[in-house]
Amino acid sequence: MPRKLPEYNASSLADIAFMLLIFFLVTTTMDIDSGLERRLPQWVDPEDIEDTPPIKERNVFVVLVDRNNRLMVEGELTRVEDLKDKAKEFLTNPMNDETLPEKEVKEVPFFGPYEVLTKSSVISLQNDVGTTYGTYIAVQNELVAAINELRENLAQRKFGKSYEDLNEDQQDAVKEIYPQKISEAEPKKIGGR
Amino acid sequence: MSKFRKDDGKETPQISTSALPDIVFMLLFFFMVTTTMRETTLKVSIALPQATEISKLEKKSLVSYVYVGPPQKQYISQLGSEPRIQLNDEFAKVGDITDFVESERQAMDENEQKQMIVSLKVDEYTKMGIVTDIKQELRKAAALHINYSSRQGANY
Repeated sequence: MPRKLPEYNASSLADIAFMLLIFFLVTTTMDIDSGLERRLPQWVDPEDIEDTPPIKERNVFVVLVDRNNRLMVEGELTRVEDLKDKAKEFLTNPMNDETLPEKEVKEVPFFGPYEVLTKSSVISLQNDVGTTYGTYIAVQNELVAAINELRENLAQRKFGKSYEDLNEDQQDAVKEIYPQKISEAEPKKIGGR
Repeated sequence: MSKFRKDDGKETPQISTSALPDIVFMLLFFFMVTTTMRETTLKVSIALPQATEISKLEKKSLVSYVYVGPPQKQYISQLGSEPRIQLNDEFAKVGDITDFVESERQAMDENEQKQMIVSLKVDEYTKMGIVTDIKQELRKAAALHINYSSRQGANY
């Protein structure tokens, strides 16, 4: 019969494990990356840009940011705080105002015929070379916030649920009514000398 | 002495520590699995802007990073304090972005290449000129899905 091996002392195993644990605790980074998601438009040659059809002025929501980080919305000097309400007014056009975008009746699943903005309506964001990135993000954020708020409201009214909790088809229907159309214009120099 | 304790001279038994390594190992495995080592050392300093309408980047393998910001202290003497682009571990020029996107795309799984996301980590006080140039380059490289990296928080 083989001799029984002597049992070794395992009390320092914990120490070794602790050391490894501390190493991983220190080196670990748990931050999940987050940010504003955007899709850039397809690249087009500068020569081809000329023949895009003109869009009616009332259908475009122009946001200009100059190099001093001032904001001009539809020709008026505006503060960032007021941008969201203006964008929402543009996107809904509650009074069918002449100066706000045209609407058309469209068949939307779940909603039936529904008045939505025409396809050509767009939010156009233009910035100067000297604009600060922070301001640019703040403006983008406000525009996205306006759209998200409208979607949320609509979801609450129609389904009695938060937009996040809707299923995919319902979300698509809401998206069809309030699409996220923000065009980041080709670079251009504005407000400079 | 309290009157509930029987004073029979017995010593309190030692607490068994034999389960301690198991617990520590469990924690260790947790951290080993969740950990992601920093792949790049930042050579530019970046203070991310704040935003409220942010979404999370779920799949790390889809994301490539472009860093923009003023160089860190030890590089200022050579490069000045104007914002620079950093790709991987190197300072880069705007023209290098197309190559960078292409090589990142090659490194990815074939069926994931279409879902590639480029995360722009840009310092708050950078001027838009450089960012616009980068965006134009990304459009040329057909990396259209981008993400302006930002922190959760109210602006203004």
